Amino acid sequence: MKIGEATRDRVLSVASPVALFVLWEIASRAHWIDSRFFPAPSSIAGTFGAMIANGTLLSNTLTTLERLAIGLVVGGVPGLVLGLAMGLYRPIYALVDPLISATYPVPKSAILPLILLVFGLGEASKIAMVAIGMFYPVVINTAAGVRQIDRIYFDVGRNFGARGPAVFRTIAFPGALPVIMTGVKLGAGLGLILIAIAEMVGAQSGLGFLIWNAWQILQVNVMYVGLITIAVIGFVLTVMLNELERLLIPSRTRR
Amino acid sequence: MSGAAKIRFENVEKRFALRDGEHVALGGISFEVGAGEFFVIVGPSGCGKTTLLRIAAGLDRPTSGRVSIAHGEGERPENAMVFQGDSIFPWMTVRENASYGLRMRGAARAHIDEVVGHYLDRTGLRRFADAYPYQLSGGMKQRVSIARAFACDPEVLLMDEPFSALDEQNRTLLQEELLRIWDETKKTVVFITHSVDEAVTLGDRIMVMSADGLPKAYVDVPFSRPRSVLELRATPEYGRLFHDIWAQLRTEIHEVA
Ligand SMILES: Nc1ncnc2c1ncn2[C@@H]1O[C@H](COP(=O)(O)OP(=O)(O)OP(=O)(O)O)[C@@H](O)[C@H]1O
Ligand SMILES: [Mg+2]
Repeated sequence: MKIGEATRDRVLSVASPVALFVLWEIASRAHWIDSRFFPAPSSIAGTFGAMIANGTLLSNTLTTLERLAIGLVVGGVPGLVLGLAMGLYRPIYALVDPLISATYPVPKSAILPLILLVFGLGEASKIAMVAIGMFYPVVINTAAGVRQIDRIYFDVGRNFGARGPAVFRTIAFPGALPVIMTGVKLGAGLGLILIAIAEMVGAQSGLGFLIWNAWQILQVNVMYVGLITIAVIGFVLTVMLNELERLLIPSRTRR
Repeated sequence: MSGAAKIRFENVEKRFALRDGEHVALGGISFEVGAGEFFVIVGPSGCGKTTLLRIAAGLDRPTSGRVSIAHGEGERPENAMVFQGDSIFPWMTVRENASYGLRMRGAARAHIDEVVGHYLDRTGLRRFADAYPYQLSGGMKQRVSIARAFACDPEVLLMDEPFSALDEQNRTLLQEELLRIWDETKKTVVFITHSVDEAVTLGDRIMVMSADGLPKAYVDVPFSRPRSVLELRATPEYGRLFHDIWAQLRTEIHEVA
């Protein structure tokens, strides 16, 4: 039987992780690898089931998701608005760009102590970390996205009577949207990294806390459950944002 | 010139600052375009045609002088421009592009649908109303740009080499279409081209511009309307006009080269 190339590729890309798990299972049971650090997938799956049953996984996941969602909005919306303003008005760009360029290279994880100092150990500091991670890529990409729009489109807007908000809505925003979406995806990924870090240091809940706590009390299985859950969140987030991009930018959907 | 003056250019001068001194794009131009007149400007590349039109559209300011457009009754926009090169929004469908001017002026939904539908029919774009520009040929994109300008029913229509990027067949087709639409509306048009053929085919009056941004000659085109592009081009009068204008232009092009 002949199979198509696409089918073959799909089979291969499913086969490789499955093979890895099988190998891992065998290696762990045969004690080729230290099963204290690399417990067999079947035993992790057992812990997974138990944590779903007693509700700890769900409650910690929801906590993390809530912080992530709020943080992405809190960082993304101002980033978008400021980026549009910077892209459209040169004086605003001249004013704000040096500040952003100067602070952008600071590793976001390195400012966690400062954030904890300012916002305390409560929810605000977690949200702030995500927001910072989201803000920079969004503001930078939005400003760049608007600035790369061909001047002629702004002339068309003026000529046909677009003023103020209509220029944002009909030209600057849709014209920059492909570049903005790249920033949003970057920012969301960064936000997920930062929420995990923030929860490890100063939290009593969330997946980051779960992982950190599991390490401290040497519940390796729980740690793996947390890691896998975060990986799944990252994957689902990527898929969702790609889908959002497809919906928002129909003029780019060339098929 | 037919009727009262619709557009008046008074001593319009435009200088651009360059690193070493300045460049005079327009050297103080004065002329009038009559109401309902199809006015064509021909001139060599770089003689200031786009600059002149952008000033008329209010997109750029002249260094000195002024352009005034007489207002008719009603709330119509003063002008609408068909830009040189690609200017339809890539992120909007054909219909959204064509209705842009009306939407920006807050026209009623039913009115927009009716007017835009009419011009999409006129330009043969009805089937592509929901297509995006990347799905269109160059000729179709220029049709969208023309529909967009006509749909908002401006006092004057400013067209900057709308067909220059098209192949011969497409250009002739679009010229015919433009003539047909124009016959319905009898708008005041300022049309820029560097094709002498196009100028004689479309215009009521032609201004030949010199390479240094000044009017060099005015030529009246006596053909009656409605015109048929192909029949027109077969007449001896057409050949004579073509020859006269070309002779005027040739000296200019030699000066530039
Ligand atoms: N923003 C600008 N800054 C400096 N010089 C300019 C600017 N815009 C136009 N010019 C110059 O002014 C002159 C006239 O330009 P314009 O675009 O009006 O020419 P044109 O007649 O439309 O030419 P074409 O037929 O090639 O479109 C050119 O020499 C051009 O280099
Ligand atoms: Mg030009």
